[in-house]
Parts: sequence; structure tokens; C-alpha cells
Amino acid sequence: MDLQTLWFAAVAVLWTGFLLLEGFDFGVAALLPVLGRRTADRHLMLRTIGPVWDGNEVWLITAAGAVFAAFPGWYATWLPALYLPFVLVLLGLIVRAVAFEWRHSSHDPRWDAAWTRVITGGSLVAAAGVGAALAATTLGLPIDADGNRVGGAFAGLGWSALLGAAAVVGYSLVHGALFLALKTDGPLRRRARAFALRWSPVAALPLLAWAGLVQLRSGTALTGALWLVAALAVVVTWTRVRLDREGQAFAGWATVLLASAATLFGSAYPVVVSSTVDPAFDVTIAEASVSDYTLTVMTWVAAVGLPVVLAYQAWTYWVFRRRLTAEPQSEPVVA
Amino acid sequence: MDVLDIARWQFGITTVYHFLMVPLTIGLGILVAVMHTLWVRTGKPEWLRMTRFWGRVYLVNFVLGVATGLVQEFQFGLAWSEYSRFVGDVFGSLLAMEALLAFFLESTFLGLWIFGWGRIPKKLHLAALWAAVIGSIVSAYFIIAANSWMQHPVGVTVGEDGRPQQVDFLAVLTNNTALAAFSHAIVAALMVAGALLVGIGLYRLRKRKLAGAPTTDVDDTVWRRSVRLGGYVSLAAFVLVAVTGDWQGKLMYAQQPLKMSSAEALCETEAPAPFSVFAWGKLGSNECDDVHSWTVPGLLSFLAHSDFETAVPGVNELQEEYAAVYGETYPDDPSFGDRAGQEIDYTPVLAVTYWSFRLMIGMGAVSAGVAAYALWVTRRGRVPTSRIGVYGALLAVCAPFVANAAGWVFTEMGRQPFVVYPNPDVPVDEQVWFFTAQAVSPGITAAEVWTSLISLGLLYGALAVVELFLLVRLARRGVTTGDTTPTPPAVGSSRRDDDDPRPGDDRADDDVLSFAY
Repeated sequence: MDLQTLWFAAVAVLWTGFLLLEGFDFGVAALLPVLGRRTADRHLMLRTIGPVWDGNEVWLITAAGAVFAAFPGWYATWLPALYLPFVLVLLGLIVRAVAFEWRHSSHDPRWDAAWTRVITGGSLVAAAGVGAALAATTLGLPIDADGNRVGGAFAGLGWSALLGAAAVVGYSLVHGALFLALKTDGPLRRRARAFALRWSPVAALPLLAWAGLVQLRSGTALTGALWLVAALAVVVTWTRVRLDREGQAFAGWATVLLASAATLFGSAYPVVVSSTVDPAFDVTIAEASVSDYTLTVMTWVAAVGLPVVLAYQAWTYWVFRRRLTAEPQSEPVVA
Repeated sequence: MDVLDIARWQFGITTVYHFLMVPLTIGLGILVAVMHTLWVRTGKPEWLRMTRFWGRVYLVNFVLGVATGLVQEFQFGLAWSEYSRFVGDVFGSLLAMEALLAFFLESTFLGLWIFGWGRIPKKLHLAALWAAVIGSIVSAYFIIAANSWMQHPVGVTVGEDGRPQQVDFLAVLTNNTALAAFSHAIVAALMVAGALLVGIGLYRLRKRKLAGAPTTDVDDTVWRRSVRLGGYVSLAAFVLVAVTGDWQGKLMYAQQPLKMSSAEALCETEAPAPFSVFAWGKLGSNECDDVHSWTVPGLLSFLAHSDFETAVPGVNELQEEYAAVYGETYPDDPSFGDRAGQEIDYTPVLAVTYWSFRLMIGMGAVSAGVAAYALWVTRRGRVPTSRIGVYGALLAVCAPFVANAAGWVFTEMGRQPFVVYPNPDVPVDEQVWFFTAQAVSPGITAAEVWTSLISLGLLYGALAVVELFLLVRLARRGVTTGDTTPTPPAVGSSRRDDDDPRPGDDRADDDVLSFAY
């Protein structure tokens, strides 16, 4: 495998890792008004993601950084073409981040409720925006031969962006519910399970549609098989939720994402930005990439750094592995 | 204003704002980690309370730094796509490495520290904080290495496409410009943290004394230690700021002579060259000869070359030299937009470089003066009651923030009109350089950049108000009972002793979080 392909795979892994990890943070945040009936429930929900959301968000920064580092031609085409959606994502992420921390600064219930709403809103905006951006880069952006957007500020926002937004939001909602079912106990756990049971078949549709469209355009037999795995994983997840097997359901739902993302990126390869103006204007990894020297340096740094990061992030999940509960007189909340 | 101007304002505003949080995160992070270490080693309650109180301040600020840092990662691509394409072979990898090697460390272990009180072994918990703090410092190194490469590109050759091609990654990492700027930024961050400890500490001490609080209890020790620690750190950091600044200045004279001569409004080459103390005249006209100043003879030669004799080149002469090498006018190329074919002014905006340089030095000196004052008035157990002195010290918390911001404004505005400054150490035909005028994204519209500038500006303004409100409230409350115990209360237990428990609320379980804030 050449270095450019390796780094295309690395970038795909980073975006997928971001969606997998931050996906349940987004989902839990979006479900606050749905599943969090009492303030205590909402606080419990936030506690499940409290120690980890910030580390998960770094996957986004690393993914964007890796796009810039390995494929500046992709970075410099993709971001300005979707200028306003990306700004919206940033605004959402900013308010969400400060809300997570500043929420605790007062015991006034109105203060707390206001910041909790900000967490929900910011997370939804960010999830939708990231989904729109990823769908636009795989399904097509109106770019000319120089990689510049044609058609004005909103030209990049078509049905594909909407589909991507629905895909990431839908996926995250069920992902968050399954995470809550796994991490909490009591009524909240039951409500989360019920939500996942009801919505998982529907919530996966936009994601499967998006992956299917890229597959139809430029997929191979292998990516086609992966798409089937993703579709099958939705069914498996649903049956596992029905049987109250939360761990297996969570793993099944994670497989939906992993297989869909593999279909998406695998089918899109080697195109990183597809042009809706003329397929000849597609940006490929060869055009977008940095030199082999720089890719080699980065490969060494990532080969040493990434396993260490994965190890200590996994370890923090292990430290905070216990189920949480809002019931009083229980054992201390976290191990 | 055209897209270029709006995008420059946006980058300037968002970056300076971000860098208000960053030095406090780095400096206070180091000091909180030291306090926590001393608590783990000695078990003395004052170090625990200091860790908890200053830890809250640290976290309130940390998150705003993280949130505004997100914008930095994306705006190179959003508004500066031509720049991103040009520098891609070097610059992007530094950002990616910063994320992989520093941001993960910082955010993962900070989460562990916040939620780990009483849940993981004491020493492991301490190690988590140090890991987060080291993450912040490593992050500063990578981003400053990236910035320094723009100031002084090393480790590259000119590729076939005219863009820099990286040939020596170690040279990029060990760029002398980066080493000087990094050390300068870290000690400057410690001045910020020191000033905060001094300001809030003196305020609390005076308040306690006026309220007749005992001068021998733990809380008294907390504030006294804070003032003394902050004062010593500020003074030591000030000395190091001067040393590293001098190092940076000498490099700048070699690498970017126009920046430093502009900082002095030194029009003609002089030997020995004087240091300007105060300038008047028409700095704003950017005609160097319209400027007059009071000067200290020979001092500039000393700052540039360590002797009082050597010539320092003036702005007028350098302007001609640069025009001869890099062109009198911008190339007549569409990538330069409206500026194609226009004359290039190689002199940065004199009023900005001249005054930001003085503001940086002046505010640094104010901080050092306040630190010395604080150490003097708290000597041998004394407590200052002077309203002017104590509130002055509180106000002076702003000084090192202003100094940091002014330093960055100086170094970034001073390298204009280049965004990547040519490296004079290599022959001209092997140099890479890039004008700011050609760096902006060609496809975006002014309306888009206005939208982002205004929305980010409004949001940043609102967040600044909330952050200040939270910090002021923390300072007014001082050490709370929640700061006195290292373990979070078990859910539903009566060990909580906060100010006004209300029946039926669920603060107990939420306290798992709130202890840290």
C-alpha cells in the first residue's frame, strides 16, 4: 500500500473514530429533553459523558488536522466550499464545550437548565453540520478545476448535505440511547432501551442511504459487501435490544457505523472531493497529497503516538466503567 | 473592506482572543500542578485548598481556551485556503501532531483529573494533572513551531510547483526562532498566572483582615501562600521573559530586520543606533521620516548585536532592499485579487509595531512591579489594607494579558506584507515566501466572512462576559467548604456541607462534578 492510500485510510479511521465516540456524546446531549424527564435524570445523563466528551472531541481536531497534514488540497477545497456550515459547526461546538463546564458554576436551577439546553442545541448543530460536510465531500460539491466553489455561499448545501446531517443526527440519537442503556441503571436505562428499540431501524436509514449512494456511484464488490454488513448490523442491533442485551446491541450499532464508514470511504477512494460540476474536477488523493517525505515523517509519529493515545483513552473508559444511577443511598457513583 | 481585510480582522480577533485563555491555561496549569504535588507530598490542608480553588479558576478558563482553539484548527482552511495549499507540506503536519500528541493528552487526562478525585489512587490522580499540563506545554511547542516556520522557514526546498517541500523535519522542529519564541511564551504564561495569584490573593487577604478574620488559620495560609508564590513566580518569570525576549530580538534582527526597525521607527541606518523611548509625529502615515522620538543612544545596537557600536539598518534602506529582491509591485496575477500589480509596502504599519512593542514591554514591567509590591507588603506576615494598592494589584492582573496580546500583535503585524517570511539565511533563489495578499480563499464571498466575523465576535464577547462573571464570583467567594475535602461525597450522604441545601433537589449527585468547579 502506498503512503497516500495509507493516509487516506488513516483519515477515514479518524473521522469514523470521531463519529463513533463523539456520536454518543451528541446523542446523549440530544436526548436530554427526550429521556431526561427530571432534572436528576438529565444530570445523570450528563455524568455518563462528563469525563470523556472532551477527549472524544479531540478526534475531530485530529481528523481535521490529518486532512490538512496529509491532503492540504482536500482541506483547502472542502472547507471554503462549505464555509458557513463549518462556521455553524464551530459555533455549536464552542457553546457546547463551555456549557459542559460552566453549567456547574451555579446552583441556580435556571442557570443549569439554560446551559443544559445549550448542550443539546450545540450538539445537534455540530452533529448535523459534520454530517452535512462529510456527505458533501463524498457525494459531491460544486467545485471548478481549481478546486474553488462555484455558485455562491449556499451552493454546497444540497440534498446530499441534508442527507448527511440526517444520517449523523439519526445515528447519534440511537447511539446515545444505547450508551445510556449501557451506562445507567433504573428507569432511565429502561427508557433509553425503549427509545433504541423503537427508533433504531428508522435512524439508520439515512446513513445506509448515503453509504449506498456512494457505493452505487463508485463502489466495489468488497464495499458492497460491507454495506450489507451495515444493513445486517441494524437488524442484529434491533434484536439484541429486544432481548435486553445492551452490550451486544451497542456493539451491533457500532458495527453499523464502522461498516457504513468503510463503505463510504472505500467507495469514494481515491477521490476526496467529488465535483458535481464535472467529474474531471474531482480532487484525488494524488493531487491533494503532501510529499512522500512528509507522509513518512507523519507515519512514524502516528505509529508511535496513536497506540499510546488509544491505550490511555481506553483506560479512562475502564476507570469510569461503572453504571451510574440517580437513586439516592446507593454506592458511590463511579468506581 | 474586501475579503482579505475582513479575513485578516477575523484571524486577528479570534487568535488574540484565544491567546487570552492560553497563557492562563499554561501558566496556572503548571502552578496548580505544583500545588497539588505539594499537597500529595506534605498532606498539608492549605495546599489542598489552593489546588481546589485555583483548580476551579483553571478549569473555567481552560474550557474557553479549548472551545476557541477549535476555530484555529479550521480557519486556515476556511478563509486561507491558498495559504493552506502553499504551506501544506510543512504546516498541516505540525497541527496534526499537536492534536495527536498534545490535545489528546490534555483533554483525556484533564477529564480524569476532574472526575478522579477520591476515585483513583492519589499519586495516579496527580499524574493525570501533570499529563494534562504537559499536554498544554507540548501543544504550545507545536503551534509555535508552526508559527515560527512562517516567520523563518527552514528545512524546506522549493518544489517543482514553487511551493516549499519539506526535506528536514528535525530542522523545522528545532528552528531557533521556535525555541526562542516557545521559551518566551512559556515564561510569559507564568507571568499571567503569577499576576492572578497575586491579585486575587491580596484581595482576599485584605478582605479577611477588614472582616477581622483570624490570621493564623488555614485559609489565611492559602491566600498568603498564593500571593507569595505568585509574586516570586512573576518576578522570576519577568527576568526570564527579558532574557528570552532579548534572544528573540537578536534573532529577529537577523531574520526579519524590517520588523525590528519598524518597532523602533528607525528610519535611517545608524551606527551606533539609538533605542526609541517615545515617538511622536505621524506614525500613522507610515512614512518613517514623519516620526520623531526621544532616544537612548547606542541601546538599539546593544539589543541587536550586544555592543554599543554596530550599525542597525533603517526602515527606508530596508524597504528599498526588499523591493529590489521581492518586487516593487505584486505580480499581475489574479490570485492577488485587487492588489495585483499594485505597489508593495514592505514596511509594516509603524504605529502598530512601534506601540505594540512598547505596550508589551511596559505591561510586563508593570506586572513585575506589582509582584515586587505584593511581596513587600506581605513580608513577615503583614497584610496590606491600602485600597489603592490591593485594587491596583487586582486591576494589574490585566497587565500581563495585555503584554501577551501585544507581543503577538507585534510579531504578526510586523512580518507583513508576508505571511511566510523569506529566510535570509539561504540564497534568494532557494527561498520560499508568500504574501498575505495571495493567501486568502479565492472562492469565498465577503458576505460569508462578514457573517462568521460578526457571529464569532458576538459569541466571543458574550462568552468573555460570562467567563469574567464566573471568575469574579469565584474570587469573591474564595475557598468554599467543598474545597476542604479531597473526596467527593457519596450520593445521598449527609457529608455535604454547602451553603444552602434545598430539599428535593439533586445537587448531591451533581456534586460529583461541581466540586471541581
